[in-house]
Amino acid sequence: MLTIKNLKAQINGKPILKGINLEIKAGEVHAIMGPNGSGKSTLASVLAGRDYVEVTNGEVLFMGQNLLELAPEERARMGIFLGFQYPVEIPGVSMVTFMRTAVNEIRKYRNLPQLSASDFLKYMREKKELVEIDTQLTNRSVNEGFSGGEKKKNEIFQMAMLEPKLAILDETDSGLDIDALRIVANGVNKLKRPDNAYLVITHYQRLLDYIVPDVVHVLYDGKIVKTAGKELALELEEKGYDWIKKEFQNL
Amino acid sequence: MNNDEIIQNLTQSDYKYGFTTNVDTETFPKGLNEDIIRRLSAIKQEPEFMLEWRLKAYNYWKQMEMPLWAHLKIPPIDYQDIIYYAAPKTVVAHNSLDEIDPELKKTFDKLGIPLEEQKQLSGVAVDAVMDSVSIKTTFKETLANLGIIFCSMSEAIREHPDLIKKYLGSVVPYTDNFFAALNSAVFSDGSFVYIPKGVRCPMELSTYFRINARNTGQFERTLIIADEDSYVSYLEGCTAPIRDENQLHAAVVELIALRNAEIKYSTVQNWYPGDKNGKGGIYNFVTKRGICKEENSKISWTQVETGSAITWKYPSCILKGDHSVGEFYSVAVTNNYQQADTGTKMIHIGKNTRSRIVSKGISAGNSQNSYRGLVKIMKNAENARNFTQCDSMLLSDRCGAHTFPYIEIDNPTAIAEHEATTSRIGEDQIFYCNQRGISTEDAVGLIVNGYAREVLNQLPMEFAVEAQKLLQITLEKSVG
Repeated sequence: MLTIKNLKAQINGKPILKGINLEIKAGEVHAIMGPNGSGKSTLASVLAGRDYVEVTNGEVLFMGQNLLELAPEERARMGIFLGFQYPVEIPGVSMVTFMRTAVNEIRKYRNLPQLSASDFLKYMREKKELVEIDTQLTNRSVNEGFSGGEKKKNEIFQMAMLEPKLAILDETDSGLDIDALRIVANGVNKLKRPDNAYLVITHYQRLLDYIVPDVVHVLYDGKIVKTAGKELALELEEKGYDWIKKEFQNL
Repeated sequence: MNNDEIIQNLTQSDYKYGFTTNVDTETFPKGLNEDIIRRLSAIKQEPEFMLEWRLKAYNYWKQMEMPLWAHLKIPPIDYQDIIYYAAPKTVVAHNSLDEIDPELKKTFDKLGIPLEEQKQLSGVAVDAVMDSVSIKTTFKETLANLGIIFCSMSEAIREHPDLIKKYLGSVVPYTDNFFAALNSAVFSDGSFVYIPKGVRCPMELSTYFRINARNTGQFERTLIIADEDSYVSYLEGCTAPIRDENQLHAAVVELIALRNAEIKYSTVQNWYPGDKNGKGGIYNFVTKRGICKEENSKISWTQVETGSAITWKYPSCILKGDHSVGEFYSVAVTNNYQQADTGTKMIHIGKNTRSRIVSKGISAGNSQNSYRGLVKIMKNAENARNFTQCDSMLLSDRCGAHTFPYIEIDNPTAIAEHEATTSRIGEDQIFYCNQRGISTEDAVGLIVNGYAREVLNQLPMEFAVEAQKLLQITLEKSVG
């Protein structure tokens, strides 16, 4: 589904990603772990198409298409979803308006008819129940006045609504208490299907107790330095990142 | 294309009301003098007192100078180079729909204002004004059954001289300012509303102003009187053809709310704003003021300002009655080389008077957008309260947003609060929308409408959707 080949990228002339190779297949859950500043969020930004990150080398294929030449909204319509680390507030724009616009854009791209107001509300209700999101949240403006945990739950709700092919969750666990973490993880697990995939970016192993990855990668200094099964996450939890740093400092 | 380029493109909108109607127009020669005013008064078959009033205003105006204190660059205006009266020939003195020139009917159809009652939005009565005259007022009979008077100003002057004598110029005297004096001398039409005691007007009343003739100024006058315990909601809309030269629009609106009465006055102003290089467009120099004359009365102004090359406009409330309430909700969008200096005055005279100001400025292109407001709390206004929220949003790095709030308090029990913010439209917000599949154009529309939500919510339901679209179109490249 997603193939990244020797991807290099910089921000303001400073190299951040220094040759990433990654292959994600449908039905898989990949976790990317790594110390702060290793380039995890930059990788998410490149995939979603943020313009402040400049790609200097490499290619990214998504469903056979060159992802890097597409606008962010085209990527989203093709099925890339980014769960933001810091979701922004959009005052005065109701969740219903926002989601209806987004869902219909994506349906248009997929040659599906636009949802009527009543069908949309019904669809929204189903998804709300699925991800156990509070009805109050969807009656408000996008993320406005939401707590940190509510914002993250709202990201999962939006993911449920948009049914992406590849969901990238950027530190979705940060700032979550254990109940919120469980709701977020349950949402992901319920939405998992053989034809979609997840890239879970996290600093801590904690989230991976709930979302069990097929593959764990360690990102350090802009490169993937280790790839293994889910046991790697536990090892990192136990030993911290220092041994990785030591091992690869001189490379 | 980066976001800045997209925003720039989509703020280069086309103006879709810019067409001209081909009708024979009767016009006065250019220029202003006593003869012109006498001729105008005669053509309108006005009683003698009106002519005298006009002449007094004219002579007063002659000694005045144009105000220059606003944050506006106004090119010199030659007041002798303007036509002060232009009327489609076919309109004169009839009121049956069948007699209306099909061209005029077509014009208003095209503007979305059908003159046939059965075609209209249910619950909206319209007075359609082109250039200097009212073409047709709908639902007049329905309203008359309730004792409501809704007619053109010319008709009111002929048919209801007592109300005119009593109230015209009582809130905005001709001595008030340069443009009010000019308007008093030469106003040619407009709308008149009287809601009798205890009547809640069952439909929205609305006036649609259209400038059509070339080189013509439009000077309309609106007067709304809400008698005791009555309620009325009134909406004003306006457009003009695309022209290279600037045209002057100098209107006066007066509102009078008596005991327990409420007037809600909404404006969707979409005069031709000039092209993207700042050529042409309407000069919109308007004096709007309401008085809450007696206790428990309420006046609420809502304006969505998207058009005009230059806007100079401060819908205000004089809160004379105890416990009276004044409100001002405003969205002002400026783009390209548009300039707006707009805001309000809340004058608290009575006890326990309250006022609320919510102003949202949106500036794009090379435009300049200023909020100017006065909150004045007089000596006897015990426990007066004001809340002001004044926000500015910038869509480019070449535009300007300015805030000039004045607060004058002469009573120690008064409380006035003022909050203000200025923000650049958020790249992060746009990207967040993009990431959900929403294009940057649509994202800007969503964000701007969200930003203006509190004001748009004040509009009557039927027009809120229109205004929302208009905001989007004003900031959009592709118009159908």
